[in-house]
Amino acid sequence: MTTPSSSLPNSLRSGPDERGRFGVFGGRFVAETLMPLVLELEEAYRAAQADPAFREELDYYYRDYVGRPSPLWFAKRLTEELGGAKVYLKREELNHTGSHKLNNVMGQILLARRMGKTRIVAETGAGQHGVATATVCALFGLKCVIYMGATDVERQKPNVFRMHLLGAEVKPVTAGAGTLKDAMNEAMRDWVANVADTYFLVGTVAGPHPYPEMVRDFQSIIGTEVKEQIVRAEGRLPDVIVAAIGGGSNAMGIFHPFLDDEDVRLIGVEAAGLGLDSGKTAASISRGRSGVLHGNRTYLLQDKHGQIEEAHSISAGLDYPGIGPEHSWLNDIGRAEYVGVTDQEALDAFQLLTRTEGIIPALECAHGLAHVMKIAPEMPKDKIIVLNVSGRGDKDIFTVASHLGVNL
Amino acid sequence: MSRIKARFEALKKEGRGALIPYLQAFDPDYETSLELLKAMPAAGADLIEIGVPFSDPSADGPTIQAAALRGLKAGATLGGVLEMVRSFRETDAETPIILMGYLNPIDSYGPAEFCFDAVQAGVDGIIVVDMPTEEADLLDSHAREAGLDIISLVAPTTSRTRLFHVLKDASGFVYYVSITGITGTGSASQAQLEEALPKIREATDLPVAIGFGISTPEQAWTASRIGDAAVVASALIKTMAGTLSEGKATDKTLPAVLEQLMALSAAVRA
Repeated sequence: MTTPSSSLPNSLRSGPDERGRFGVFGGRFVAETLMPLVLELEEAYRAAQADPAFREELDYYYRDYVGRPSPLWFAKRLTEELGGAKVYLKREELNHTGSHKLNNVMGQILLARRMGKTRIVAETGAGQHGVATATVCALFGLKCVIYMGATDVERQKPNVFRMHLLGAEVKPVTAGAGTLKDAMNEAMRDWVANVADTYFLVGTVAGPHPYPEMVRDFQSIIGTEVKEQIVRAEGRLPDVIVAAIGGGSNAMGIFHPFLDDEDVRLIGVEAAGLGLDSGKTAASISRGRSGVLHGNRTYLLQDKHGQIEEAHSISAGLDYPGIGPEHSWLNDIGRAEYVGVTDQEALDAFQLLTRTEGIIPALECAHGLAHVMKIAPEMPKDKIIVLNVSGRGDKDIFTVASHLGVNL
Repeated sequence: MSRIKARFEALKKEGRGALIPYLQAFDPDYETSLELLKAMPAAGADLIEIGVPFSDPSADGPTIQAAALRGLKAGATLGGVLEMVRSFRETDAETPIILMGYLNPIDSYGPAEFCFDAVQAGVDGIIVVDMPTEEADLLDSHAREAGLDIISLVAPTTSRTRLFHVLKDASGFVYYVSITGITGTGSASQAQLEEALPKIREATDLPVAIGFGISTPEQAWTASRIGDAAVVASALIKTMAGTLSEGKATDKTLPAVLEQLMALSAAVRA
């Protein structure tokens, strides 16, 4: 009998501990009203994990509804253009709804149904998680309320319309800067006021335990597939894995199965916005410090008095002043590296991938590509980089057009 | 004996419950909120809760969110709030002061330093909304050492078993969040309170304050009779907000809030 590496005591994959902590990060920092719900959720998740029927059901939906496995594509022209390491793209943008978000949402909606919940609330930034959530609510006939910052509603109109078509109610949030952080606050307020029938479907690897663990587990399908696919294609593991990070769910999903493979470098790319030191950034690890927000301890952009600062990024999906707690831990123990990429670099990368591979990436993963553009040329040609293309860029064409001075 | 304990014992002898008004520090500015704080005991406050402004008050409704924002605009910091309490203590040595807020500003200040400085300033208890029992070890030992009560919150979702767990090391008093919801958005009925309170009292001998959704003198009277104290927050802040002109205090601000406080206090004393 083989022991899964996640249960080895010296494995980096065994977290979190029973308090929901990864090192000092994570935990369950919620109001007492929500605490019993968070405990109930953990119990329900453990029961689902122990039930083979849950996994079978999830695999069925992954295959026949989401469209998994997603391909691992060797980006030949991009590789030639960069002139160094071979670049592979994990094509999460080919999933139903156009991003990796459905991996998590599919798992959580099955859990919500097991728990007998009839109303789903979720927060969304770029709208990808909102669309994914509205999609599964349509699939199962559940009531769906999506909180979205008013600024994001404005810059992500196609996704707002999509959610409406899918039957969801989209509530714009005007508090703060009207972005993901404010949508998260409002979704938590809704949850606390509707505890009896409502399931809070968190979209990233953050929030109170067990969300960071649970979302990571559902997203780990990405890395698990990459491991098989790259071995089939190259006969070995990659040298570097690169993924963009807002809350960090696509990165955690592709990193986690590789945590114990110490020769694989893991690089998370934060949105530097106008620059890491411009004061207009979303780089929580590079420019934040440890604090408590939205149910967990993690790196946060905050002032010296502990007030949370507004993040800035051209990408609505990365525009968040925090990051999943497991990333904070991986940073502190040095297992993963976290770097910043600016709005402009992401825009350049967006265009490069479109022209060389015929793939229009979401602005989120264009940040990851921008970092690949920096490191690939410096690496020998026999090295391998895998980039997670976490979403497609159709939703971003208006933003990109306006930056290119084109009026659509 | 702590100020909180002394005050509840004195009220027990009087045969009535306490009125705990709430104000947001630095709302709409430092001077006005300090002046209001100083005037509250004479207007009938038995204990006072001071909200510490936070950028992301995820358990608060629109009224307190707006107050927090005004406070932050006026330069509120946790250190500034302690300064305010220090100033209050120059003229009032007896009225218990409870700070209510979120964890991150305390975490940023430093938990040990905060507990020590708070007691030095004259703070008696703290309510940390997003710090459930499971995470309370961050502050517990420092608070105990400094002599600061951490006020435990319980809610309608807290089960009987969990009540015993949450309240086993509770100190000061217990705060019953009487609705499942955010501040200022709904009220528990008298019947609901009458059902909930005996269950809480089984798990603790501490006084129980009832908060969330108490706005009228009648509701305050009811809560102070079924529980041991009524907390009134959003209703007072709404009154204050109504007197502001372009976010600034006017000559109506203090009189309006104090008049409402006196009406609430009269009801609790009836």
